[in-house]
Amino acid sequence: MSRELSAVLDHIEKIGELDLDDVPATSHVVDVVNALRPDEPRPSLRREQALANAPEVVDDGFGVPSPGAS
Amino acid sequence: MSVTDLIALSAREAAEQIRHGHVSSGELFEAYRTRALADAEAGEQGLNAYTWIAPEAPADAPAKEAPLGGVPLAVKDLFCTEGIPSQSGSKILEGYRPPYTAHVVEQLEAAGSTILGKTNQDEFAMGSSNENSAFGPARNPWDLARVPGGSSGGSAAAVAAGLAPWALGTDTGGSIRQPAALCGIVGLKPTYGSVSRYGMIAFASSLDQAGPFARDVTDAALLYKHMVGRDARDSTSLQHPDEIALPKGVDLKGIRLGVPEELTGEGVESGVREAFNATLALAEQLGATVETTHLPHAPHALSAYYLIAPAEASSNLARFDGVRYGLRVEADELLEMYLKTRAEGFGPEVKRRIMLGTYALSSGYYDAYYGRAQKVRTKIAEDFRAAFERFDFVVTPTAPTVAFRLGEKTADPLEMYLQDFCTVPMSLAGIPAISIPNGLSDGLPVGFQIAGPAFSENRLLDAAYVLEQALGFDGSAPRRNGGAA
Repeated sequence: MSRELSAVLDHIEKIGELDLDDVPATSHVVDVVNALRPDEPRPSLRREQALANAPEVVDDGFGVPSPGAS
Repeated sequence: MSVTDLIALSAREAAEQIRHGHVSSGELFEAYRTRALADAEAGEQGLNAYTWIAPEAPADAPAKEAPLGGVPLAVKDLFCTEGIPSQSGSKILEGYRPPYTAHVVEQLEAAGSTILGKTNQDEFAMGSSNENSAFGPARNPWDLARVPGGSSGGSAAAVAAGLAPWALGTDTGGSIRQPAALCGIVGLKPTYGSVSRYGMIAFASSLDQAGPFARDVTDAALLYKHMVGRDARDSTSLQHPDEIALPKGVDLKGIRLGVPEELTGEGVESGVREAFNATLALAEQLGATVETTHLPHAPHALSAYYLIAPAEASSNLARFDGVRYGLRVEADELLEMYLKTRAEGFGPEVKRRIMLGTYALSSGYYDAYYGRAQKVRTKIAEDFRAAFERFDFVVTPTAPTVAFRLGEKTADPLEMYLQDFCTVPMSLAGIPAISIPNGLSDGLPVGFQIAGPAFSENRLLDAAYVLEQALGFDGSAPRRNGGAA
């Protein structure tokens, strides 16, 4: 996998050739500014729906193995 | 009506037949369902287009007056569908049944469509051949030894083979347009933001966009018409300024087509180039003017894309950790559980991209990689803006080759990435682009791509329709063979 990633990076590094000093970065292509909504409570998933896909449920929450002592 | 006759109807014609009471939506659903099942049972002799097929037609048939009149829909696996498996082609989401349905699917159901099945795809939409799927590769209905393209390969194969009247896909860097081209059907990547992403399992959020697969441009327009709209649950979604209309153009008089030299030269195989040039000549006969133009930064689009998309993916895919849904590989200790779950749950291409993305975002490399890529993105959008001052549309071949053989490009990721050479620039610019069938080369379909400015879908669909009518492509061969049928 490291050989494959190197080949991809070699290709990607071509953007180093461009002069981009005064170019602004694009993080978003559409003209939307601050999509806001009123901060009001709305219904969301019920607890049992949210837990329905969990591999392990403990006391109405997601169960995980111990983080381990170190 | 016989199954053969039912399958021969376009989606719009089928909706008409249902509306007039000549066909019932249940009968149509069953015809497609039977074909989809037969194909699934054919194993390697089939297309492996579906990951899930509805066990029966919905008990409540949609109203026959509904705009989509009960015409069923194949849905790419990555759209969340309540209670129906949705795995985005990944083992890490094994067994996941979402508690809610994606906005666009909800909207199409409200317009009178029904879910026929979920379709195969590259894992998390990462790929151009559908070979990176936990469900195994989908195959091309024109030649079972070849790929259908990707990532929405199952959707494209299903529509081309008449296992679905139409289908939903998503396009991040070409994942609708390239498989549409390789399977000989129509695929539209809409303007970014015109369709809500709510309920789409995310790959690269600033690029992902849902769009239609259809046998013809009219069906693509009809489906897209009912997909658009602002949705409060996706704050990047926008109201489309136009009501989407069914295409009606008769010629291309006054239409100026720009042919970018950077995307039509080296790397495009000769049969594809010949078909492209023939269609340019046809466009001129239909009244268009055709001129060479330049997108100077387009050759760098692929590099920018393979930094931006993996960077976003590395963040989006952090949610898959074996805690809330999907696969968990048990371990005594938490970190070990995460590591084992991800090692087993993600396929090689997804791992590659997560590593590439975290590398591009890492301290010390951020400016040189991700930062620069976002600047290249600005230059690419500027290139298109400049082109659209002189031209109505920019046209290119959709993919540089026809469908390649299964396994042909899996050993070399870069070779696979180059499949998206002509489609990635439009994704980075957020503009709409459509691929229409452009004849055959060596018996395999070729695509013709038309790209326009943001929200120009109505004009784009009109132009595509005029060319489609003039080209008269006959895509019925794989429907007659029907994959396995």
